[in-house]
Amino acid sequence: MFENAISPEALDTITKIGINVGIAIIKIAVVLGIGLLHVAYATYFERKVIGHMQVRLGPMRVGPHGLLQPIADGLKLFFKEDIIPANADKPLFYLGPVIFMAASMVNLSVIPFASNFVIANINVGLLFIFAIAGMGVYGIFISGWASNSKYAFIGGLRSSAQVLSYEIAMGLSLVGVMIMAGSLNLTDIVKAQSDSIYGMYAIPQIVAFVVFTIAAVAETNRTPFDMPEAESELVAGYFTEYTGFRFALFFLGEYIAMIIMASLATVCFLGGWTIPWYITKVLPFLKIVPGIVWFLVKVYAFIFFYYWIRATLPRYRYDQLMAIGWKILIPVALANILLTGLVKILL
Amino acid sequence: MEQQVERIFETRELNVNMGPQHPATHGVLRLVLDIDGETIVKVTPYVGYLHRGIEKLGESLTYFQALPLTDRMDYIASMSNNIGYCVAVEKLFDIEPPERAKFIRTIVGEMSRISNHLLWLATHALDIGAMTVFLYCFREREWILELFEKICGARLTVTYPRIGGVKNDVSQEFLDSLYKFTEEFPSRILEYETLIDQNRIWLKRTIGIGVISAEEAINWGLTGPTLRGSGVAYDIRKHMPYDAYDKVDFEVPVGIEGDTYDRYRCRMLEFRQSNNIIRQCIEKLPPGPVMADAPKFTLHPKDAMFPVTHPTKEHAFYIDEKVCKGCGMCLRACPAKAIFGEKKKPHKIKQELCLSCANCYVTCKFKSLKIVPGGKGLSDEKLAELAKAPLSEEIKKATEHLVEHFNFVKKGARAPEGELYVATEVPKGELGFYFVSDGSGKPYRMRLRSPSFIHAGALPRLCVGHLVADVIANIGTIDLVLGECDR
Repeated sequence: MFENAISPEALDTITKIGINVGIAIIKIAVVLGIGLLHVAYATYFERKVIGHMQVRLGPMRVGPHGLLQPIADGLKLFFKEDIIPANADKPLFYLGPVIFMAASMVNLSVIPFASNFVIANINVGLLFIFAIAGMGVYGIFISGWASNSKYAFIGGLRSSAQVLSYEIAMGLSLVGVMIMAGSLNLTDIVKAQSDSIYGMYAIPQIVAFVVFTIAAVAETNRTPFDMPEAESELVAGYFTEYTGFRFALFFLGEYIAMIIMASLATVCFLGGWTIPWYITKVLPFLKIVPGIVWFLVKVYAFIFFYYWIRATLPRYRYDQLMAIGWKILIPVALANILLTGLVKILL
Repeated sequence: MEQQVERIFETRELNVNMGPQHPATHGVLRLVLDIDGETIVKVTPYVGYLHRGIEKLGESLTYFQALPLTDRMDYIASMSNNIGYCVAVEKLFDIEPPERAKFIRTIVGEMSRISNHLLWLATHALDIGAMTVFLYCFREREWILELFEKICGARLTVTYPRIGGVKNDVSQEFLDSLYKFTEEFPSRILEYETLIDQNRIWLKRTIGIGVISAEEAINWGLTGPTLRGSGVAYDIRKHMPYDAYDKVDFEVPVGIEGDTYDRYRCRMLEFRQSNNIIRQCIEKLPPGPVMADAPKFTLHPKDAMFPVTHPTKEHAFYIDEKVCKGCGMCLRACPAKAIFGEKKKPHKIKQELCLSCANCYVTCKFKSLKIVPGGKGLSDEKLAELAKAPLSEEIKKATEHLVEHFNFVKKGARAPEGELYVATEVPKGELGFYFVSDGSGKPYRMRLRSPSFIHAGALPRLCVGHLVADVIANIGTIDLVLGECDR
């Protein structure tokens, strides 16, 4: 009776879709699980790195060399009392951290971690990342507003102004990469890099790379651009009033955003999971190392750079930060686009 | 129409309450800021959240007892406060500490200046965002605190200087390790400077922030490095030397512009000057006593003053039943509870419990207690018999001293009548003590001129017109500690 209802071809298609969806779900689970674990240990890595830079040890108590510290922290935050200010705008107060966290995590879906490992291989991957990262500002702004606290409000205002202006600089810095690769698909960008004579775009696009790095630090609200949460001025900025797991969501979101930015730098400038041909020519045995290892090495090198900056530099003032964004980074990025375009036309 | 538009676009300043609980207000300073966007329109500092009534407490304590209170004022540089107090009281009593004590005080005073400036640099840098400087500074501060511990057993609230000298002499071991510190420290200063001195962000955050001209700084009553940053070379150590500052060679670093960066440079140079002063003092440290020979005014250890009565625990005490009125004073004074008896009836001493501490002896108003030298372990009858015998001259003198000592501690050394203001240069500025003495053992009025309080008053002048972030830089640059400000 059912044989007539579904033709064999249709059944075949449904099975295929089912398998694809299954694979996608497995991929999502793997990326999410591993991603969150990486976030947890990125905090551990940060505390250890900064600790040793500051002549101290960092976490040492929980587990050998404090290895279980992130888990203990997570548990602690999970069981903390969830305090909501009496005059807060409750629905928005709940929504803020969720938007922020979700906007960071969605980006993981378009990052190619290895040659065939990407959840959604879409053609506008780069634009997608910009669009979603822009959404994160809503989370910050909403939570700053909904807290009904002046510190959180100022923090939210600062953050939205900062993230918006630095997003422009970051977007412009990546235009050079788009021109060179001729694509917005992140996998294609990596392939175009490994096929080019440079091996990685950080060499021809060095100016864009520097602009991107600075903008990425500002975009993720890290020192020396951690204005929105400047501890000594605004207590904790837009999440001053948050406690317990809602606080942890902001924290997670921030670290995921950091990993996303590091991944984007790796994919767009450092050759993703590939290594330049001139290195494998000299050291041929490096070919057997799987691509994901190179990817992670590059990502962690970039994250280490974040930490290094944090341990070394003081904080900019708000107006100085905006001046750098609008008066230096954006013009430089524009000039870089012009130069890249000219070279592309002439060659 | 025009009115309507005005009503719609009415703007107000945002009123932000910064403190008393805030990560960057260095304790419990409360600033009420009116901000227009990020620009400061008005600043109102509120102090008093750490008020403990130190001035009033000083009136009910003898000059010796008030000394530990000064530790609790500027707890970051307690040694300097102690010295300031001691110098002032010595002027009042008109006594002169011995040379060695003066040099030791100069050494510890400069150590405390270094430790204070280290904490200042640490928190100032942390406020501006340079996190690593904080931990580097604390590493050296810890070193100094350990040296303090070596010298007097305490790290933070030291109470090491005394009226008329210092509590105890320094050991050679301490001097050696301190000298090692002074050899090492200049390289550590360079380490902090590598991180921030030429750092573009640091310069942007400090140059041109909180500018105050020399004239205005004097008018606002600023002192210490906060004043010297504006180019006024006013340093009490140089101009009205106390302790051994007139015997050492040092310079007074001054700034030019009077901005946050100049004040920062001044303090960085003071590190080096203090380091030099310590080295010179160690090299010149003369031998001799560490306490002034003025038994009427200085508090000597009990053991040193009464060698006969105290350490040899061989004396017995006996209550003369005929004299004793049964007032119960001795009963309460006895730490071993060896005295018993009912009210208004002669008390008795249980000899097996007696510690020979002589507390009952000095408490008794009716002189009913008798000392029996070497009478420990004898029966009451025997003691009663022995107590009738006259005491030897030596014991008599010693017992008189004991009573004198007791009264001295209880009522205090009598200061001459009059008023007196003495200022010393503590790390934060000019710390002045103003005493009004009515001739008793306690000051009639003790007034403090604390630099932090006066500096806090100048905060609005420094902040208005700048941005919110500069408030933090300005709080750091005036080097404020609320324990001293609120007293």
